[in-house]
Amino acid sequence: MLQWLPENVSTFGQGVDNLFYAIYYITLITLILVMATLITFLIKYRYQEGKKATYIEGSTTLEIVWTAATTVIVFVLAMFSYPQWNKIKSPTSFPENPDVVVQVSGKQFNWDMTYPGPDNEFGTDDDLTLENELHVPVNAVVHIQLTAVDVIHSFFVPQLRLKQDALPSRFIDMWFEATKAGRYEIPCAELCGFGHSGMLGYLNVHAQTDYDAWLQERWPQ
Amino acid sequence: MHDNEHTSHHHEESFIRKYLFSLDHKMIGKQFLIYGLLMFFLGGGLALLFRWQLAYPDQPLPIIGASQQYMDEGEVVTGADRMWERIYESEKEEWLEINMPNGVVDPAFYNMLFTMHATVMVFFVVVPILVGAFGNFLIPLMIGTRDMAFPILNMLSFWFAVLAAVIMTIGFFVPGGHAAAGWTGYAPLSSDAQWTGVEWGQILWGLSLFVQGLSSLVGSINYITTIINMRAPGMTFFRLPLVIWSLFIVAILLLLAFPVLSSAIVLLVFDRLAGTTFFTTTAEGGGDPLLWQHLFWFFGHPEVYILILPGMGIASELVAVFSRKPIFGYRSMVYAMIAIAFLGWIVWGHHMFQSGMRPGLGSVFMTTTMLIAVPSAIKTFNWLGTMFKGSIRFTTPMLHAIAFVSMFVIGGLSGIYMANTPVDIFIHDTYYIVAHIHYVVFGGSLFAVFGGIIFWFPKMYGRYMNDTLSKIHFWLTFVAFNCTFFPMHILGVGGHMRRISNPMQYEFLQGFEGMNIFITMSAFTLGFAQLILVFNFFWSIFRGKVAEQNPWHVNTLEWEAPTPVPHGNFGQIPTVYRGPYEYSVPDEEDDWIPQTRPEHAPATGGD
Ligand code: HEM
Ligand SMILES: [Cu+2]
Ligand SMILES: [Cu+2]
Repeated sequence: MLQWLPENVSTFGQGVDNLFYAIYYITLITLILVMATLITFLIKYRYQEGKKATYIEGSTTLEIVWTAATTVIVFVLAMFSYPQWNKIKSPTSFPENPDVVVQVSGKQFNWDMTYPGPDNEFGTDDDLTLENELHVPVNAVVHIQLTAVDVIHSFFVPQLRLKQDALPSRFIDMWFEATKAGRYEIPCAELCGFGHSGMLGYLNVHAQTDYDAWLQERWPQ
Repeated sequence: MHDNEHTSHHHEESFIRKYLFSLDHKMIGKQFLIYGLLMFFLGGGLALLFRWQLAYPDQPLPIIGASQQYMDEGEVVTGADRMWERIYESEKEEWLEINMPNGVVDPAFYNMLFTMHATVMVFFVVVPILVGAFGNFLIPLMIGTRDMAFPILNMLSFWFAVLAAVIMTIGFFVPGGHAAAGWTGYAPLSSDAQWTGVEWGQILWGLSLFVQGLSSLVGSINYITTIINMRAPGMTFFRLPLVIWSLFIVAILLLLAFPVLSSAIVLLVFDRLAGTTFFTTTAEGGGDPLLWQHLFWFFGHPEVYILILPGMGIASELVAVFSRKPIFGYRSMVYAMIAIAFLGWIVWGHHMFQSGMRPGLGSVFMTTTMLIAVPSAIKTFNWLGTMFKGSIRFTTPMLHAIAFVSMFVIGGLSGIYMANTPVDIFIHDTYYIVAHIHYVVFGGSLFAVFGGIIFWFPKMYGRYMNDTLSKIHFWLTFVAFNCTFFPMHILGVGGHMRRISNPMQYEFLQGFEGMNIFITMSAFTLGFAQLILVFNFFWSIFRGKVAEQNPWHVNTLEWEAPTPVPHGNFGQIPTVYRGPYEYSVPDEEDDWIPQTRPEHAPATGGD
């Protein structure tokens, strides 16, 4: 089933996929065991002439065993997930000194990408806002300040394994580092009105030289 | 003394007293059942409309859609074309013209369709049937009493629900259309008409849920009081059948959870009508969109357990009866439900991992959510344990119970993926969630409902449902259900978002067209299979084979009452001497012992 996952192109994506795979195998094995047991019981203990069911009220040992076993499994899973989650979502553990900082703002039904320009400050004259096109260099740390102007939207790049809701009047920090050049879709993943379907931006990940050329073109010096 | 007087006082009741404004818990239960089945058709029909759009985006619907020639050249070829011609020529803006011009589902209409599908299914189908119908019918009968503690409140509870359904239905026809902000009604989309163009629809949506909340409130007080105070002599808490335990816990959850939604709705309506901005921020300040989400899910997560617990209860009855064995670990089943009822209050944040809630909280909610998977697992293992060394009868209700157990396992396991915060980053708001919901609520609750209807039908109507039709319905439903919802896991893994009306707008979803078509065809099969159930249900009320008093040889008290159950239920209030699951007791001739048989009494056969 997991071969349907889109290709991963972010540095933290592999960690997400590993957890995905781990849970997949754990749940698959559980499912197979439970179903096999169920089917065996259904066949073996089906009604047969002259055979009576055995009166069993339960087993405290078994109850303790399966309670403990499931608790341990889910907690081990949780232990592996905390660091991964913090790495992706917790601003205090983001890589410092980003190569690029962009403000992304969702509005019915487009993404506005605002670059601070050469002075690296938002709100100045050299800011540049592009509709639906985000340009970043490959293998570089990108910080995004995510917001929205009207309703809630959600910034989703399947290949980055990144999704974050955008809230009106609030800036939420996120980061990523793309490992492969290409053009990726940025669908909106949170219902935002009649144009929600088709609200779509693009993430253009450029090789460093191409990115420099793009910068040069935008802010000629 | 008082008891006998009650039953001998037999008088003819008027039609209105008996069938409409009935105070009898059994009639109210049946009213809720028919109400739920009717709303099931509304909810299902809405789903088929938007499933068509997903498979064949922007193509006209079959039968009512205009022909290609008509759309291209205005040439009238089919009957449907004639209808559209009439609609376009008429002066006023017709409903069809606004919502599906030429029979093509408009994107705004699409949003309304899935919003109302979920709203109807959750609030007007599953809860009314599980809690309203089974709760009312079963509680007094299974605890051994004559009626609910407050019969008038009980009647009110049903008529509030009818009022809510009427308000909800009106919403479809108001200008601006019905609510279209999802069943979760996230603000600010829901709190300001300018974002959707929906005017009264959203307010009626809120009002209707508010009234439905009153119905639940009144009902739950009644259930709790009845179960605590009116159990038959000897019916201790630990002799209660598990389905009664589940309904008892659900009543407590409803009592505490629904008012939270009602309060949130009041704030939402203020935002809409008075511009109070509880859920939006303005330049001068204001509220916060996340406040709505916290309130909604603080209600919402207990609500999803309200949707499943009675299903678990029904499945427990069916598995024990048809395995002819005591429930494995009766007490741990009860404790697991109590644990779910407590933990259910501290997991709501798992719906908000990607919402902008502080990331540290995500880790906390992941932990509690993982914890709640444990009692769910315990219940599953106990159902398996109940079948172990049983003598399993594959009756149609039992087939449904087995389907319940296996589908619930899949739904519970998919929950683990989403509970895992990093994995949820990817699958949140995708079809993975849709698959999960349907495995637990359709695969879980609805299979239990179907099984329960067939199982208790002989007690409700004194007749059997037609078994051949029931079996056909079961297998069609089981296969079509899995064909419809299993592939949605794969869509989710592919990143396919939920709530989009046209997946073909996205490059990365191009490969899923075939799967979407397959899902839609399965969904239509699933929908039409339900017609068999409903036909069978109504046909059997009048024409079914007449049933004996206790056809399945069940221990619990409802089967001690005569069939059809008279007003007041029991001639003499029964006395309870044992637990509900004394099946296949060693050294007994029969493989069942009714709860009313005294300890050490000589064995008497059957009824
Ligand atoms: C093993 C137990 C379960 C776990 C761990 C679990 C976990 C979750 C999580 C984490 C979500 C949120 C996913 C997201 O939006 O990203 C979710 C959604 C949902 N769950 Fe469960 N769940 C479990 C059982 C159930 C049961 C028993 C039901 C109902 C009968 C249920 C009904 C739902 C529904 C309706 C939603 C989606 C709500 C929406 O966004 O529209 N779940 N579940
Ligand atoms: Cu959107
Ligand atoms: Cu939940």
